[in-house]
Amino acid sequence: MYYVGIDIGSTASKVVVLGEKEEAFVLPTGWNSKETAGLIKKRLQGAAISLAEGKAKVVATGYGRVAVDYADAIITEITCHGRGGFELAGADCAIIDVGGQDTKFIVIENGVVGDFVMNDKCSAGTGKFLEVMANRLGITFEELFALAEGGEVLPISSLCTVFAESEIINHIGNGKKREDIAAGIVDSVAGKVSQLVRSAQLPEKVILTGGLSDNEYFVQCLGAKLEHKVQATEKGRYAGALGAALLAKEKKRLGI
Amino acid sequence: MELVKDLPEVFEEFAEQRKNSFLAVKELKDQGVPVIGVYCTYFPQEIVMAMGAATVSLCSTSDETVAAAEKTLPKNLCPLIKSSYGFGETDKCPYFYFSDLVVGETTCDGKKKMYEYMADFKPVYVMELPNRQSEMGLKLFREEMIRFKEYLEKMFNREITEDAIRDAIKTNNAARRALRGLYEVMRSDPTPISGHDLFKVLYGSTFKFDRAKIPAEIDEVVQQIKDDEAKGNERKSKPRILITGCPIGGATEKVIKIIEDRGAVVVTYENCTGAKAIDKLVDEEEEDVYLALAKRYLEIGCSVMTPNPHRYELLGRLIDEYQVEGVVEVILQACHTYNVESGKVRDFVKNEKNIPYISVETDYSSADVGQLDTRLSAFIEML
Repeated sequence: MYYVGIDIGSTASKVVVLGEKEEAFVLPTGWNSKETAGLIKKRLQGAAISLAEGKAKVVATGYGRVAVDYADAIITEITCHGRGGFELAGADCAIIDVGGQDTKFIVIENGVVGDFVMNDKCSAGTGKFLEVMANRLGITFEELFALAEGGEVLPISSLCTVFAESEIINHIGNGKKREDIAAGIVDSVAGKVSQLVRSAQLPEKVILTGGLSDNEYFVQCLGAKLEHKVQATEKGRYAGALGAALLAKEKKRLGI
Repeated sequence: MELVKDLPEVFEEFAEQRKNSFLAVKELKDQGVPVIGVYCTYFPQEIVMAMGAATVSLCSTSDETVAAAEKTLPKNLCPLIKSSYGFGETDKCPYFYFSDLVVGETTCDGKKKMYEYMADFKPVYVMELPNRQSEMGLKLFREEMIRFKEYLEKMFNREITEDAIRDAIKTNNAARRALRGLYEVMRSDPTPISGHDLFKVLYGSTFKFDRAKIPAEIDEVVQQIKDDEAKGNERKSKPRILITGCPIGGATEKVIKIIEDRGAVVVTYENCTGAKAIDKLVDEEEEDVYLALAKRYLEIGCSVMTPNPHRYELLGRLIDEYQVEGVVEVILQACHTYNVESGKVRDFVKNEKNIPYISVETDYSSADVGQLDTRLSAFIEML
């Protein structure tokens, strides 16, 4: 039996297979989640993982979860991230997930989601903010972080992505150093993410998941803002898909 | 032969009540019955009933006129206030149009300042509601009852006797008892009806102008629900949700719909569309009718009160009586008092009642349906 977790995020789609064969891969979501779901199916079949009835259980999650028409169950990204994060941390913990279009703070108590918060109607403090700003500076994500590490934080006061972008254009126009602007961008995201976190609810263990989960510099920035140690996770970007695969295995009540 | 309607039909009829009463309000006007438009649960209906006038709720629930209202009011204001003002200003609401007088109270800052603008195009009377349920507050509110009564007498040239108020108190208490009997059917597990159907009846009943007819009508619905339940309907036991927070209805019914589409059931409403407005009766024995009214209405646990002990009392009682498994607080965007209070409500629900709590902020648009769905689905998955 294969247990397949598919996490279709706004930017990247992640797949984790457990069971007879273990596999994990990631691909860009592109503009059509249905097509992406089709591509994932092909790729699984290419790896000789049959999705036929009785051979596999598929759980889909992420904002494009409804596009996976071959899924046996659909579970929200909160529950899946919670389960996957718990697995990665190996203990009750708090999970901070910085995704492409949303940021989540999930508290795990006794192995299940005890509480959660998500960002509201705004892309500040998400991967999207970083993406827009990196584009404005004409550099990649990796370059943005590399630059930021050598810079002095140049404060970006606006929380709105569009206004923040014009603020950066002003900084560029005023001849400010790119390193300093980059440091300001990362600082702004870390600041916004930390506002979402309810400090009073922070348990000892706090992990970062999502696309930035193995980024040591970001983890440090976030830890400094929260005044609490945040742990990087090597496979953090797979947390949602891993959780979905584990739930595919465990969830009897879903009838799968 | 009287045709017996089945329950789904009855619920739809209540859901349409707001629209169906448009004609009824016109008929009342034609008969010379004054119509008083109101916005709040703190409004003492009995005084108006005693004058032989009708009250109608003007709280608007759609975003149709929000844009028009934003020409006068700030964008960052609660949608209920903007929409209500907008319907009045653009004259799109028949109830507003037919209201001889609009009565507000000094509740939240947004509403009380909005009334100042509304007075430019409509006769508006604002009652002074104290911020605190103190002895001095009660004294003030009692005097406000009398001042309001005198204002009505003068404006409509009618006399409002204490006996008539006493009768109105009895009539309205009977209506409240009936409505309470209705929502109490949700104590069963599984519930005999959906939370959305319950809501339709509660909300629709506020647009029945003859309050004296409510008990018979609601009792009949309750009987039908009980008969149906006895026959063994096929409803299943589901996670039981309580809704608290701002008033809901119309556009914000999206929250109820999402919760129930995702496999849970709303067993009770603590907000103004539910128990908050109905739970307490006016003391029929109290000789001073104005004091009786002031006491009953001032005790309402709205977040405009500071402190607000009655909200926790009612919330706690409902959680126990309805075996609630999770609390969803609905906060209208930019509603400061409910938003600020939500931290205390969260602590109360989580730490004293030991059940999960979530608050969602929303407005009258459908822009956030996807986000609400993810949050509420995840919340239900937690239960």
